[in-house]
Amino acid sequence: MKLKDIAKEEFYRASYGCAGCAAVLMVRLTIKALGKNSVYVVPANCISTVSCYYPQAPFFVPFTVMAFAATAAALSGISAGFRRRGREDIHVVGLSGDGGTADIGIQALSGAIDCGNKFIYICYDNEAYMNTGIQRSGLTPYGAATSTTPSPCFENRPKKDMMRIVAAHDIPYAATACTSYPLDYMEKVVKASQVNGPTYIHILAPCPTGWGFPPDETIEIGRMAVESGMWHLTEFENGEFRTTYTPKRQRPVSEYLATQTRFRHLSPEQIAAIQKEIDAARD
Amino acid sequence: MKKEKSIPGPVQKAGTIPTRMGSWSTAKPVLKGKCTFCLFCWVFCPEGAIVQDEANRKVTFNFEDCKGCGICVRECPTKAIEMVEQQGDK
Repeated sequence: MKLKDIAKEEFYRASYGCAGCAAVLMVRLTIKALGKNSVYVVPANCISTVSCYYPQAPFFVPFTVMAFAATAAALSGISAGFRRRGREDIHVVGLSGDGGTADIGIQALSGAIDCGNKFIYICYDNEAYMNTGIQRSGLTPYGAATSTTPSPCFENRPKKDMMRIVAAHDIPYAATACTSYPLDYMEKVVKASQVNGPTYIHILAPCPTGWGFPPDETIEIGRMAVESGMWHLTEFENGEFRTTYTPKRQRPVSEYLATQTRFRHLSPEQIAAIQKEIDAARD
Repeated sequence: MKKEKSIPGPVQKAGTIPTRMGSWSTAKPVLKGKCTFCLFCWVFCPEGAIVQDEANRKVTFNFEDCKGCGICVRECPTKAIEMVEQQGDK
């Protein structure tokens, strides 16, 4: 896929999202990749919060707001309904946040993958419950300060490895992506739409409000996360993990941590510990 | 096939956008330097506020949608876009 091949038409505009929001960019790119022939299920998350101010309807495609824990169940049901009606060409897509995937929605996701209906589950990961006021979630990384884990007693648990959890279900296709690499992400979405079965895409979406950086650095921070090794772009297919993008230069993780106020309190020893963990994962 | 029931109450079609977010911005991007038509600004704009002209490939900004985040300024490889502070109401 090349930049000029992307649809010029906009299907998601004038949302109430913060300036520089990567989740809004993620929705825009997703609908561009799949086209108009798709329906969306959105649980309680930033996207439903910024899209559902009556009479504002920023989605130019059908979408429904679902209960927090039921995203994947709804996807499975809608997909089965379309199959019964003979409309298997319609893509059924879930746009869930990190809390709605890793904490609240994980049993529905597990059940839906087990059912085997065709759908795309997209988890956009901004590493906390952002729309309710930055509470920690299962995907908050070690060391981050949130409103429920403020700076002296910061988050002391590692980030949940959702990719390994979904891979353990023997899912046909799963991938990780980042909003800073839009073509890589859109290729993965198109690839997922061609798989006849449940698919899962985990996309890192930096949040200027929650992470504490100026809104114009959104793309740069995502790129830094990949280059420093805090985030990997991988694919899971036919029972094997594959790295889709290896950064040309590797940055020390301290550079990434220094850009955000949520990591401001970390001591040099703690940063060294994070770096050690990344180096161990890389080898 | 059975006729589908209509939904009671007022209904808005998908894509109804009576409110535009352009009033949020405190600064607006202006194309000043040499544009190479790479479209990086267009693909990274979260709002889809950057429009490319079909005929002469020129990039223009839709200030009805632009929230003034400045991603286009940061991501432009030739640094052709600049942020201009806005004074008072537009």
